[in-house]
Amino acid sequence: MTKAGKKTTITFSDYNSKGARRAEAIVRIFTATCCVAVMVLVAFLLGYLFIRGVGSISWSFIFDSPQDRMTGGGIWPAIVGTLWLIGLVSAFAMPVGIATGIYLAEIAKQSRPVRMLRVAIANMAGVPSVVYGLFGFAAFSLAFGLGKSLLAMGLTLACVTLPVVITATEEALRQIPTEQRQAAMALGCTRARTLGKIVLPTALPGIITGAILGLSRAAGETAPILFTGVAFFAPVATDIMQPSMALPYHLYIMATQPTTPAPHIVWGTALVLTGMLSITNAVIATWRSHKRRKLQW
Amino acid sequence: MVTAQRQESSQSGRFDIENVSVSYGSEKALQGVSFCIEPRRVTALIGPSGCGKSTLLRCFNRMNDAIDNVEVEGLIALNGEDINAKAVDAVSLRMYVGQVFQRPNPFPLSIYDNVAFGPRTQGVRKRDELDEIVIDSLKKAALYEEVKNSMKKHAFELSGGQQQRLCIARALATRPGVLLMDEPCSALDPISTGMIEETVQQLKEIMTIVMVTHNMQQAARISDTTAFLLRESIEEPAELIEICDTNTMFTQPSDIRTENYITGRFG
Repeated sequence: MTKAGKKTTITFSDYNSKGARRAEAIVRIFTATCCVAVMVLVAFLLGYLFIRGVGSISWSFIFDSPQDRMTGGGIWPAIVGTLWLIGLVSAFAMPVGIATGIYLAEIAKQSRPVRMLRVAIANMAGVPSVVYGLFGFAAFSLAFGLGKSLLAMGLTLACVTLPVVITATEEALRQIPTEQRQAAMALGCTRARTLGKIVLPTALPGIITGAILGLSRAAGETAPILFTGVAFFAPVATDIMQPSMALPYHLYIMATQPTTPAPHIVWGTALVLTGMLSITNAVIATWRSHKRRKLQW
Repeated sequence: MVTAQRQESSQSGRFDIENVSVSYGSEKALQGVSFCIEPRRVTALIGPSGCGKSTLLRCFNRMNDAIDNVEVEGLIALNGEDINAKAVDAVSLRMYVGQVFQRPNPFPLSIYDNVAFGPRTQGVRKRDELDEIVIDSLKKAALYEEVKNSMKKHAFELSGGQQQRLCIARALATRPGVLLMDEPCSALDPISTGMIEETVQQLKEIMTIVMVTHNMQQAARISDTTAFLLRESIEEPAELIEICDTNTMFTQPSDIRTENYITGRFG
């Protein structure tokens, strides 16, 4: 640039990029702040839970039954009840949910009824869990005559989990590029073989992740089991037709006892429940990232 | 079964196409196409974007079946047999008429398992038989030397050009008599393109090749016969303008529209 101010050529430094740089800085600071806030919140929550709860954790707290009118002892029947429920929900919701997701994503023509079905499933995910509890009580406990039992609770929680599993399966299947299906079909695969050999195995990490997330949510729910068979106290469940204790309900009921407070049981239960679900999620997340590492389309 | 196919494939692979039209829903994309594809030659389909080259190519292995609303009319006979007849199984048709796609699309499996996929679909289970097919197919696709020590490597670790040659090997492993190639080099660098063109030259000794290409130089370099398709306006379906020997097409095209296209006046 000459002093005379008469520019003959324009070079890159003459372009004004200040506005763009400022906008970028603002976006960066804003998103980073939100991210840090979330991390602090999670760390605080888990840290507080750990500090309050870790003192209660002992061999006998985990493997004993409640004693002294629920003010002492352990939570083993509740842990077993929750494990039963996880098992039952897996047995009902996984096969039905995954099969429905496969049907919606791969088999159904995109017709009006199918679109309505998809809307219905999305709505199902939005139904409050206490409504599921009421429905489960009316349908499974009374109409099907299952009474207050692990089975009735498992079926109710399976309903809560179904939309999550279906949506996760459908989404995971949609992630698989059309080119993969075309490649398999062009090699002389039937649709079933294309699905079984290429599409499903590739989508599996996504499907399992979604299913486990749904399962964790179900395992932590209180409202759906409230009317369908959860017990204030019950011995370790050995039969799915019995009522049973469960961790979230135990936590709720122990925290709301007006006369005989036992805060160490409440915090200990909270820590055990959170720990169980966190470990499951961490294992699944690690497995998935291992599986996905090579899947960059 | 495999030997039977091998013999058959060295004898034929001829398409007779009579008055073929394709519509997407109510919109006619392609109309009144008639020509024949000679066995063991490379036939190039050229024309500007949207002229129905790929649509026509997908008719030859009935990949249009998988797309909703597509209707194919007219007669397409492969070795004298109508491939759209009720009795014809699209699955076995596609084992005989292989396809290589525009962008490399290997499966998320090892190199070996990618190539072995087709034969396994056909029921080949014996390890030594599979090994033989895999090695033979990789050699034909000019990839064997580069991967012979890493057959267990994940296919996604290969470069784009290698992945496309892997896809060619995978298509060859079903022992096809016809290989359809839909712009197989459009996502590749010139060196990879050269290798694939060389492969095509060798493959035509044993099978019929139909290649869609955007690249007229490529058509001129490697094809024996060239078909020029053109959609003259948005309202009209595309048509086959001219088909003839590639040399004739590029030196003395008989239609003025062909001449305009290949001399670069449009498209």
